[in-house]
Amino acid sequence: MSGTWITARAWLLMLPLLAIMVAVIGWPLVDTVRLSFTDAQLVGTAGNYVGFDNYTKMLTSSNFTRTLITTTWFAAISVAAEMVLGVLAALLLNQEFRGRAVLRGLMILPWALPTVVNATLWRLIYNPEYGALNAALTQLHLIDDYRSWLGEPGTALAALIVADCWKNFPLVALIALAALQAVPRDITAAALVDGAGPFNRFRFVILPYLAGPLMVALVLRTIEAFKVFDIIWVMTRGGPANSTRSLSILVYQEAFSFQRAGSGASLALIVTLLVTVLAVAYAALVKKTAGSAA
Amino acid sequence: MERKSPVFTVFVYVCALLLAVVILAPLAWLFVMSISPAADLAAKPLRWWPQAADFSRYAQLLSRAENSAGAAFTSSLRNSLEVAGMATLAAILLAVPAGWAVSRTPSVGWSLSLVIATYMLPPVALSVPLYMGLSYLGLLNTVFGLALIYLTILAPFTTWLMKSGFDSIPREIEAAAMIDGAGLLQTWRIITLPLAAPVVATSALFAVLLAWDEFFYALLFTSDQRAKTLTVAIADLAGGRVSDYGLIATAGVLAALPPVLIGLVMQRALISGLTSGGVKG
Repeated sequence: MSGTWITARAWLLMLPLLAIMVAVIGWPLVDTVRLSFTDAQLVGTAGNYVGFDNYTKMLTSSNFTRTLITTTWFAAISVAAEMVLGVLAALLLNQEFRGRAVLRGLMILPWALPTVVNATLWRLIYNPEYGALNAALTQLHLIDDYRSWLGEPGTALAALIVADCWKNFPLVALIALAALQAVPRDITAAALVDGAGPFNRFRFVILPYLAGPLMVALVLRTIEAFKVFDIIWVMTRGGPANSTRSLSILVYQEAFSFQRAGSGASLALIVTLLVTVLAVAYAALVKKTAGSAA
Repeated sequence: MERKSPVFTVFVYVCALLLAVVILAPLAWLFVMSISPAADLAAKPLRWWPQAADFSRYAQLLSRAENSAGAAFTSSLRNSLEVAGMATLAAILLAVPAGWAVSRTPSVGWSLSLVIATYMLPPVALSVPLYMGLSYLGLLNTVFGLALIYLTILAPFTTWLMKSGFDSIPREIEAAAMIDGAGLLQTWRIITLPLAAPVVATSALFAVLLAWDEFFYALLFTSDQRAKTLTVAIADLAGGRVSDYGLIATAGVLAALPPVLIGLVMQRALISGLTSGGVKG
């Protein structure tokens, strides 16, 4: 069979997938770009061309700056905590102890729990009147009065981050554990014979094996955390006083609550651009890490 | 790691216990809430274990009486099953030929990379035209429309999993069948697909989990019992004026049960799928 025929056949086999992807991703993306230069409403008026008005309006609004900062905090802290907790849990799960297989199995549970159920669960735990957290802390005499964890701007974001970490650090742990199991035993044994302490063993013997997979986990988790919508929507809807509003929630409000499709589209594209820049920067970093770890 | 002091052993067990408690306590509490009488959940100090287990909320949510909480819940359960089923089936049907094509003809691989790169797109970047498009086609608030939109998430992911799956099936086996005179379809039926069956199953399970978990598009594109999925129904319960927190917890337990069972049963396959994704990138 000739090469042209094989290539043509491959395209033919990919055609259904590509056609659907153009319909549900390609076209909407292009149309979002078009909308972002108009003052279109979600329902009714098609909108007129307004140039870069939407972009300047969005980029200069204090809402955008504040939401960007909130989102960055959320992403940075939750992802950092998930990485640290995940690696620590993986190091533990790589030791030998009774019940290890069961504990490894349990790690799949938070990952499998639907995000909305997780958000609902933590919302109940944080409940200001009947929540388990208030009950536990008062019964342990750590706080005197019940507090509104999700109702106060000072604690709401932290409370969200805890809920997000609980769901996501086990995944990091499973990825790190798989990498740890790939570390050859004789290498760790040799380091031990050479008198390397626990810290040096981790830093110089184990970490190079972890670096690649962890970088990939870091990239994927950061992108997801930056796009966060579900958990915040269910737990706080961005409140109180917009203290937990993420960029995705801001776009939702602009485009769907206020029905301003045009400016919502421009905001969505700004977010897309930020995520893309983040991803490209990370990809470069991954390549570098992969190169140096090998 | 060969010399282990007793202190270290105790330390390991303490940490293991702590980790188990951290993982299990919130889940256990969700279940306890679902079987505690409402009075126990409102008691101060809070009652951590019900005096008498009360499973009536499960019956209440799974009953199909008109206009009850059960009617809303069962219809959303059915919608979730339908959306996940349809979207998964469609995603697999798209992914198998496309994944095979990329695996055997790397020169077309860039198009798959492009499809996978769309993972970076926040759903909000597509949501406005998708909303207008569905509205134009009369597919807003339909299970079919939502399943179609879910392909944006499911199809790239399953194609990529299928491609890695086909990569591990040696092409020599296929070539041998073809030399013996089998056509492409026959080779697939006799050789490739049976060998790829486990990967197809894993991909399908991942797709079901993704569809079951989805919330954003469901929130935007569904508005009543005809199409609302479980995640939206639960968010409604959590955000609404339901005074019985146990009922919300019960809905959570029921919605979590299928993916948690899939997770536990398929643990090995899921973890290797996740980590191979994590390692290969």
